[in-house]
Amino acid sequence: MSEEREGERTRPACSIGRLARSSSRANVSGETPKTARETRALPKKPVDIPLAAQSLSVGYEVKGSPPRYVARDLDLDLEPGEFVCLLGPNGVGKSTLIRTLAGMQKPLSGSIRISDIPTNDMTPKEKARAVSVVLTDSLPAGMFDAYSVVALGRHPHTGWTGSLGEKDRARISWALRAVAAEPLASRQISELSDGERQKVMIARALAQETGLILLDEPTAFLDLPRRVELMQTLRDLARREGLSILLSTHDLDLALRSADKLWLLSEGGALKTGMPEELALAGEIASTFASDQVDWDSEQGAFRMHRHACATVVLDGTGAAAVWTKRALSRIGYEVVASDSASNLRIRIEENGSRTTWQLEGSQDSKQFASIQDLVSSLLSLDHQTETSET
Amino acid sequence: MPDVLGGTPKTARETRALPEMIMLKASLGTRTGWIFLALGAGVFGLLLANVCLGSANLSFSEVWAALTGGDSESAVTRQIVLDFRLPRAFTALLAGAALAVSGLLMQTIFRNPLADPFVLGVNSGASLGVAIVLLVLAPAGVTLTQGLELSGHLLVVLAATGGAAVVLGVVLAFAQRVDVMSLLILGLMLSYAVGAVVSILMFYSMAERIQSFFSWSYGTFGNVAWSHMRVFGVCIATGAGAALFLSKPLDAMLMGERFAESLGTKVKAIRIASLGLASLMAGTVTGFCGPIGFLGIAAPHLCRYLFKTAQHRILIPASLLSGAGIALAADLVAKAPGFDGALPLNAVTALVGAPVIIAALIRQRNLRKAFG
Repeated sequence: MSEEREGERTRPACSIGRLARSSSRANVSGETPKTARETRALPKKPVDIPLAAQSLSVGYEVKGSPPRYVARDLDLDLEPGEFVCLLGPNGVGKSTLIRTLAGMQKPLSGSIRISDIPTNDMTPKEKARAVSVVLTDSLPAGMFDAYSVVALGRHPHTGWTGSLGEKDRARISWALRAVAAEPLASRQISELSDGERQKVMIARALAQETGLILLDEPTAFLDLPRRVELMQTLRDLARREGLSILLSTHDLDLALRSADKLWLLSEGGALKTGMPEELALAGEIASTFASDQVDWDSEQGAFRMHRHACATVVLDGTGAAAVWTKRALSRIGYEVVASDSASNLRIRIEENGSRTTWQLEGSQDSKQFASIQDLVSSLLSLDHQTETSET
Repeated sequence: MPDVLGGTPKTARETRALPEMIMLKASLGTRTGWIFLALGAGVFGLLLANVCLGSANLSFSEVWAALTGGDSESAVTRQIVLDFRLPRAFTALLAGAALAVSGLLMQTIFRNPLADPFVLGVNSGASLGVAIVLLVLAPAGVTLTQGLELSGHLLVVLAATGGAAVVLGVVLAFAQRVDVMSLLILGLMLSYAVGAVVSILMFYSMAERIQSFFSWSYGTFGNVAWSHMRVFGVCIATGAGAALFLSKPLDAMLMGERFAESLGTKVKAIRIASLGLASLMAGTVTGFCGPIGFLGIAAPHLCRYLFKTAQHRILIPASLLSGAGIALAADLVAKAPGFDGALPLNAVTALVGAPVIIAALIRQRNLRKAFG
């Protein structure tokens, strides 16, 4: 890669973004041939709502018995340029909802409109030009190079031969660049790592040139840095290109940090929507994921494992060492209490330059440890002794 | 990381990145072109060899003279070339091409490297039809076949094609409703059930009748005369031509039906069209030439290995050529001098086909990789 291009990469994305947004939007609407969209659009609304659903019920038809509802009477909409994360406990029907919104599954009742056109009235091709989908089960394998996979995204725009015009190639190159997957272009898809493949699949969705992108757990098989990277990329794309992006994820923390809006789907099929911060403050996140095993820590903005503390300990110390010591203690069942409360155990963290020591003071004796590991093993053996002496 | 650059597809960077891309595609293009050229030349050479070689070897000039209608002294040669060798060679060419493309269609639709035209019961349907004609009808009304010597063979063809069509009709009727995996299993089960009926028929039949059934099941390219070529050729040309129109949706189907649907592919229509075309071609070939195994599986794998791609706009023409080539080569071996008459074609295609699949397997490590 040349010096010059390296330089360009480091240029702040936002300045390019502003430029890109206006022209790209114009491009998108300019390229779509005159479909029913133009004629049917309501004159009151200048901007199409990319996705809207009224009293939507999703689930499965079961032969010979009443249908199994996953969620009922949902009213939802996505604004242009909005990045929304769909969260919910396992098995609550996030994938079903995404598939239904994508038109891959029939809703049990209610209606879905994409760019103000009911999806029922759209041909498969029109739908493919309006919404692109990245599903977990469609990670491709096979003798395709990454470029050809991204090129599949051009299918709704090309003729029967599928041959790519200049505009198609430009869009493919752009899509590959948007997810930083250009170096992968000529590699076989089966040789790529999960993260790289996911990038290619997202590039494929971008190449499809739709205003709306739905992703079902795109971060599922990725490690943390890759997940952060992906969310960041998607959020930037939403903002810069005016794309509406909806993704389902289990990654609460990342979703809280990057989403413009959260959709919380809870057991029983109720959907709550709102800004992440407001939902967190209102306790909605805690109630959606309510469980015996975890507690929602509103101040940390994260879930904490719920354990019954079997003993208390006073911890003297500050900084990172104290934080991690506290975590280790809580894992083995010690609750850290305020220094003035009655506890016969006290741990003092002393930092002398680069060396940190842990001083454990019991009622009778006191010991010094060089690591958290040693401290924890000593506490565990202490537990063991008290248990055996009690019996 | 998230160096999400670029925006509109019209930046300066764009124009600089593009030539590299085009060069990459171009270099791929020339390689593909050369392989196609080589395949085409190979098929032509094999076609020529099939006309020249046989129980009596003819020189190229003799064949040329026979074709252009030279001197009268070579009337026998002329008859051999025009009435036997040429139709047989063209039959092999068309049958091989048809089986290869229907194998490719099946493998893509079922996303299964071992699918071939016969998994859906084309084979067993045809053999039931033939078994009914040869084992039930013929003993019952011997005069029927003996009196109509010529149409006796045509009856077998009709029975085979009809039998294949009935079984496929059943499978296609289900294709609307069930998913591909169920369809695959359905086809296999139908094959077993129909095969069981055939073996019951054979159990109650006389030895010489069974012999004539066996000789059909060995397969041969020698039974299609010019007069049959109209039906045979038209069916296969239609099937192969129509398959070319499916190459774009088939690429998407390879990634899974849901994926294809999200790209605007009419999944069910494509599934039925592909299975219909594969049935038409495989049914026609089985009717006229008998059940010819392995070719349908082997040729597409050979093409994937040669062209290193799964794109159907390359694989479909490539399969046409390589299938034709394999069939011609197999027939050349089957009628080679020294085997006293002919080897069963089916044995030859298996002997040629099995190593191809094994080689592809070893080179690719994992055939599944090419699917999903």
